Amino acid sequence: MERRRSDYRLIDGAGERARSLGLVGAHWYKSALPRSAMKELMARRDARAIGDTILWYALILGAGAVAYVSLETPWAIPAFLLYGTLYAGPADSRWHETGHGTAFRTRWMNDLLYQVASFQVMRRPTVWRWSHARHHTDTLVTGRDLEVQVQLPIDPLVLAADFVGLKLAPSEFVKALINASGHLSEEEKSFIPEVEWGRAISEARAWVLVYALLAMLCLYLASWIPLLFVGLPSIYGAWLYNFFGLPQHACLPENVLDHRLNSRTVKMNPVFRFLYWNMNYHVEHHMFPMVPYHALPRLHERVKDDCPPAYASSWAAYREILPALLRQWRDPEFYVERPLPRQRGAPAIAGDRP
Amino acid sequence: MTDWVKVCPLGDIEEEDVKRFDRGERTYAVYRVAGKVYATDGLCTHEQVHLCDGLVMEHVIECPMHNGRFDIRDGRALGAPACVNLKTYPAKVEDGFVFIQAD
Repeated sequence: MERRRSDYRLIDGAGERARSLGLVGAHWYKSALPRSAMKELMARRDARAIGDTILWYALILGAGAVAYVSLETPWAIPAFLLYGTLYAGPADSRWHETGHGTAFRTRWMNDLLYQVASFQVMRRPTVWRWSHARHHTDTLVTGRDLEVQVQLPIDPLVLAADFVGLKLAPSEFVKALINASGHLSEEEKSFIPEVEWGRAISEARAWVLVYALLAMLCLYLASWIPLLFVGLPSIYGAWLYNFFGLPQHACLPENVLDHRLNSRTVKMNPVFRFLYWNMNYHVEHHMFPMVPYHALPRLHERVKDDCPPAYASSWAAYREILPALLRQWRDPEFYVERPLPRQRGAPAIAGDRP
Repeated sequence: MTDWVKVCPLGDIEEEDVKRFDRGERTYAVYRVAGKVYATDGLCTHEQVHLCDGLVMEHVIECPMHNGRFDIRDGRALGAPACVNLKTYPAKVEDGFVFIQAD
């Protein structure tokens, strides 16, 4: 069947076809782990995420101070690039982990960082909370998952614009304005329960208020500089989380019920893993979403023999992805096939449907 | 009034943990927290995932799939994506066995 980008729409897309094929809310493969191990891996703690969060904001403030003193010098460009990268890049993984409620043991800490990181990465908090829940239920199921980054057939301009941050933040800004006026789109209403619509609208109004204050500050100072510190970094700092995030699922098959086939685990150095909060262990994260980021390396050790080999580095992943993207551009039916280990006969656990 | 149904020996449920219990076509989640036992429906009200694979933290059960959270004492949904409360059932320990008053 010919691929159309409209297949990815939640309304009048391929969702009903997916449902008829049993792909919606389906049972997904999970590696077998004893309950005692899962309890130990899922255990929550505050200290690690508090330390990481203090360090992250200290880095942002430090880079912001450097950017400020370098204003009107040639150093301003690299200084602001560093600042924006630290402002928006790790905000993606902090948004993600706190959205799962796994970063901290204490609930209000997850909720607070979720709101702040959502603003920094520019994802409307309630809308994306529900979008991401759907992404986990129906990962890469066409017409059900809103978070398919590489949609087929590939439009290279759209993909490139998305990678450098020119797609998400501007479109989220416009959608926030619409939500702030009291309206949610029919598509948004299709995956957000009605009881949450008011919250989505209130959050959008809070965003509009912040941006209105920012605009007034710019007018008062007759300067764009405030926007370089808040707002625009969501665009010019987005490249880092896209660099980390594209390998999660790019060029892997849609409509399969096994995260080992449609997700990648990529080995990263400790600096990258701090910035990305271990989300490079993406197969493991999808199999067991309630395992906190700090336990994912241990989870990886437990399940790696039941998974395709992890990529040795981001470079190794991109060496596969870039040619695959070019091939998919010509042939939308192409996808990268991941080698599964020989079945150990392990029964699936967790997430069984009645 | 429904009868009390024997679930398992108390020792089969670890402290601050949950166990699945199926009866007929129904599935329940039975908890042991701070020396007391509790019972709720076994499936998350968000997307019907078995709660027995989730994490018990004090009196909160967290769904293993999407972080839906419920107070096991009264079934209250504690925030998105859990928006609908969980049904609870009376539970007790007698002669070293856990019983629930199932539907």
